[in-house]
Amino acid sequence: MTATTLPAADHAADGHGHGGGHYTTLGLDNRKVAIWTFIGSECMLFASLISTYLIYKGRSIKGPFPHEPWTEPATGKVFPAILDIPVTSASTFVLLMSSFAMVLALAAVQNRNLPKNTLGEKILGSSKLWLWMTCLMGTAFLGFQAFEFTAFIREGLSIRTNLFGSSFFTLTGFHGAHVAVGVCWLFSLLAIDYKRGLQPGDATNVDIAALYWHFVDVIWIVIFTLVYLIK
Amino acid sequence: MATEHAPAAQEDGHEHPGWSTYWKIAVILFVITGVEVSAFYIPAWETSWVYVPSMLTLSTIKFVLVVMYYMHLKYDHKLFRSLFTGPLIVAALTLVGLLFLFSKLSIRLGLLS
Repeated sequence: MTATTLPAADHAADGHGHGGGHYTTLGLDNRKVAIWTFIGSECMLFASLISTYLIYKGRSIKGPFPHEPWTEPATGKVFPAILDIPVTSASTFVLLMSSFAMVLALAAVQNRNLPKNTLGEKILGSSKLWLWMTCLMGTAFLGFQAFEFTAFIREGLSIRTNLFGSSFFTLTGFHGAHVAVGVCWLFSLLAIDYKRGLQPGDATNVDIAALYWHFVDVIWIVIFTLVYLIK
Repeated sequence: MATEHAPAAQEDGHEHPGWSTYWKIAVILFVITGVEVSAFYIPAWETSWVYVPSMLTLSTIKFVLVVMYYMHLKYDHKLFRSLFTGPLIVAALTLVGLLFLFSKLSIRLGLLS
């Protein structure tokens, strides 16, 4: 799909979208086409990681195990079930609500020019507020994950301990890395918002970051169910 | 807050839903996650045969809600839908295929058993 020299009538006459993007022959912003293509490829990456986890599930010779306690034969030491469902449930709620904040941040940027008379409209129209909320909740999720990883290592499960440890840390570690990239991306948008204010012309840039963020959220929805809730 | 902003018109002419829709979706996501976590702690549910199908169904509902409403796939151009659902189907088939290949899933064929 090539950038057109004959953009749709409502696009800028030079074929550039608001915020510097080009339009494809379909009249679609090429940045959105790119992010959806990227998200599609990421689906396959995470499918391979989830498949690996599921295939190795229950095939570890030694513990600790995710849902069952394990007694080490040599020492008689008992390792409890390692997954901490209450902590992970809390982090899941936080990530889900960060998606809600993100979608409100995008709506605030898109509706920047609408009049805001009531307190409710001012709150809903504050892109800084919702971007801050999203950043903080994303950072909180990473904090939960750091806490979980640290607790696992203290309890004797590392990436080298068994098949469960290898596949679990690889899957959730990759997801955590994606969240970290998303948090950096959102902080950069926040910096732009403070520097010059995000305008409706920047909506596509915010939309792309939002799509990435929601994708990270939907992947966690799958991981939470398959890894944590199904024994 | 009862305030409702007008749906935002996009550069490609598609409209996104308003604040009240986003709020309702957030509540639904919150409730479904609560049900999932509760089910984990209800032995009668957790040990029954409906547990895994119900967890997968609830998870799928959450996935679809976020993709359709928060990622605006319901309102966006159909090319974006294809760019997402195409690889998603390939990924799902790969996952299921690998699970069959490594004997994590099986189909009982009465004639062959």
